[in-house]
Amino acid sequence: MSDLSGPAPVLALGGAAFDGYVRVAEEPLRAMFTLRGDLSAKALKNAATGLAAVDMPGQGQVALNGEHCIAWMSPDELLVMTPWDEHAKALGQLDATLTDPALNYTDVSQARALFSLSGPDGLVREVAAKLAPVDLSPAAFPAGSFRRSRIGQVSAAIWMPAPGRIEVVCFRSVADYVFTLLRDAARPGSEVGLFG
Amino acid sequence: MLLLECPCCGQRGEETEFHCGGEAHITREGPGADDAAFENYMFERVNPKGVHLERWRHVHGCGKWFHAARDSATLEVFGTYAAATHRPPEELLETIRAKRPGFKWRELA
Ligand SMILES: [Zn+2]
Repeated sequence: MSDLSGPAPVLALGGAAFDGYVRVAEEPLRAMFTLRGDLSAKALKNAATGLAAVDMPGQGQVALNGEHCIAWMSPDELLVMTPWDEHAKALGQLDATLTDPALNYTDVSQARALFSLSGPDGLVREVAAKLAPVDLSPAAFPAGSFRRSRIGQVSAAIWMPAPGRIEVVCFRSVADYVFTLLRDAARPGSEVGLFG
Repeated sequence: MLLLECPCCGQRGEETEFHCGGEAHITREGPGADDAAFENYMFERVNPKGVHLERWRHVHGCGKWFHAARDSATLEVFGTYAAATHRPPEELLETIRAKRPGFKWRELA
């Protein structure tokens, strides 16, 4: 709640963007909540779906609709995102829904940085694949896939909202490092053609 | 390079996505233990060439601990299994026996 009384939140990199052979951009602030507990618990499911208005994702999946999404983070963890203007409402909703002490949430909106890669599907996959030890081929990583791994030397999560677009979330403290790596990987002339 | 499949989240990744937590199935000695038992718990580790059982953590992934059975010479991974157990599942031991006949690791064979 501290952000409601403090200064307006700012993006880690002020919305930095780079037009390489794919576009790399820092996305506008989103409300992000980590929900932890038994993923089959009704109250946890209701809290997540009530916020994002999408179905619960399966293991290794993300369910999304625009900026609303629920991502499967681990057997007892979800990441729920909504547009920033729903942040205050979402906090109230979570407080009201998650009354069981074994189910809890943390507001991580300002602990994260969010980037997008957009462009031709094969090239977008390739830029991410240069940095993460993950099979990003269309067969192994179709739209709707969600994968926690590393980008260079830091933890990150990668998902594919739609063909031709990958979104990446990392800790805000390493936003500059991750953006620099993504920008370098997307530099014109460094195309590999891995995915056609 | 080791290719590990995390039994907690089902993701298959290479070893830099994980962190090794040392030898598996160490008995933690309590305050009642004698010096020899405590020394054994603190310091004695096997360093086999061949079949080895270890603890691993999916540090850049789901964050969970699990166990892995692998060959320390060829880096073949025989399987991974839950963290909360005192010995590998019998099915995994059968796999190791078939691939490495006559193997011995601590009291397991
Ligand atoms: Zn895992």
